[in-house]
Amino acid sequence: MTSAVVPVVRIQAQDFDVAAEIARLTQGRADIGAVVSFSGLCRDEQGTLSALELEHYPGMAEAEIARIAAEAVERWPLQGLTAIHRHGKIAPGENIVLVVTASAHRHAAFEAANFLMDYLKSRAPFWKKEHRADGSEGGWVEAKEADDEAAGRWKSSD
Amino acid sequence: MTTRLIYFAWVRERIGMPEEDVDLPAGVETVADLLRWLKSRGEEYEHALQYPDVIRVAINQEHVEHGEKIAGAREIALFPPMTGG
Repeated sequence: MTSAVVPVVRIQAQDFDVAAEIARLTQGRADIGAVVSFSGLCRDEQGTLSALELEHYPGMAEAEIARIAAEAVERWPLQGLTAIHRHGKIAPGENIVLVVTASAHRHAAFEAANFLMDYLKSRAPFWKKEHRADGSEGGWVEAKEADDEAAGRWKSSD
Repeated sequence: MTTRLIYFAWVRERIGMPEEDVDLPAGVETVADLLRWLKSRGEEYEHALQYPDVIRVAINQEHVEHGEKIAGAREIALFPPMTGG
């Protein structure tokens, strides 16, 4: 028997601790057989990038990720779900996003984490602006069509 | 009725402000109407909304298509395709 899962959704400027977030989902439980975590980090783009500035839509960012998380909980037999997205200035090597899914078996945990990231990339209201290492204006990161296609593959026929 | 418009990323930069309150004229019924009307308000708007098809819109913090009716919207946000994650 599984009780109703209440997803943890946080939008924050500060960093997160991946191990602590996994422990939060699993501690005190003996029914979880699989935990999948995905962390998205800021890359330096071969040394050309000094930081990413993440703008977000306060209120809607939380609401949209909560909607995506609720859909994941409905589609897969999950025992826990955490989604954290940072905003503000983030340096190469730092964390940007974390998704953790817990389930009795690995398939549900893997698939739900994959689904969450695909949807988060194409629907969560965040925008990345680049700061270049040479001090020049980097401009806004362009959305990739591949990300939309990745989200589209989860559409059910009903 | 006054509607709050909120702009993000390069839409915000090109229009030159993060948000504004507007009184929508009669005839502006859908998101597409709103984009057309805004575009006619000056060169900043023209620059930001040059390609209306790429602009994403949320009404009261939920994504909507351009055909959506905007009657009763408290808050309408305009932004480029998202690049989070």
